[in-house]
Amino acid sequence: MSVKILIPTPLRPYAGKEDCVKVDARSVGEALDLLTGRYAELRKHLYSDDGRLRNFVNVYVNDEDIRSLQKEKTPLHEGDTISIIPSIAGG
Amino acid sequence: MLRLSDKLAQRIRSHGEASYPHECCGALLGRGDGPEREIVDLLPLENRNGNSPRNRFAISPEDFRRAEAVARERGLDLVGWYHSHPDHPALPSEFDRAHAWPWYSYVIVSVTQGRAGQITAWRLDDNRTRFTPDRLEIAERTPV
Repeated sequence: MSVKILIPTPLRPYAGKEDCVKVDARSVGEALDLLTGRYAELRKHLYSDDGRLRNFVNVYVNDEDIRSLQKEKTPLHEGDTISIIPSIAGG
Repeated sequence: MLRLSDKLAQRIRSHGEASYPHECCGALLGRGDGPEREIVDLLPLENRNGNSPRNRFAISPEDFRRAEAVARERGLDLVGWYHSHPDHPALPSEFDRAHAWPWYSYVIVSVTQGRAGQITAWRLDDNRTRFTPDRLEIAERTPV
């Protein structure tokens, strides 16, 4: 399935300055693997050392948080848009 | 260096005063991915931290997506975030640092007893260990 991944501005320096990357993948996990395979520096910003998606990173497929779907096993359909969304908070 | 018109600086101050004693927050829309950056507009957002809004702020993923969409539509970038420090100096807290991202500009306005004061700008270093002050230039002209 051809899908696009939207890269937020703070991660673009680690993704060849691209704001959008297209990959062919059947699941969110596969899409992110392909993305971080292409741009290895991205991996440490998306995943913790134990290989899990960081808490401060939200991933959406179209308008749905993957935590409310099947997480990284969420299936993809042709034309889906994956958004990587940094958690923004402070004090 | 971060450039900001005095009109936008006043909007940040006003948002901080209107939200007092809670923290305000919003998105900075602008241009520049190098050391020099210009803020062209603001997108005031709701503080989604319902537990401790006097000393914490949070921006929902939905509001984040909206801010990015507005920036894209206008040919701008989402270059950072602003928030207020009610009754505290305009210095980033450890909590700010722990939750910040490199690259973004972070603007903080101090609001004391309901009156906005100093505005400062900061960037987190690439290894996320500390904030570096960014020189803030508040100009009278309106960004185009």
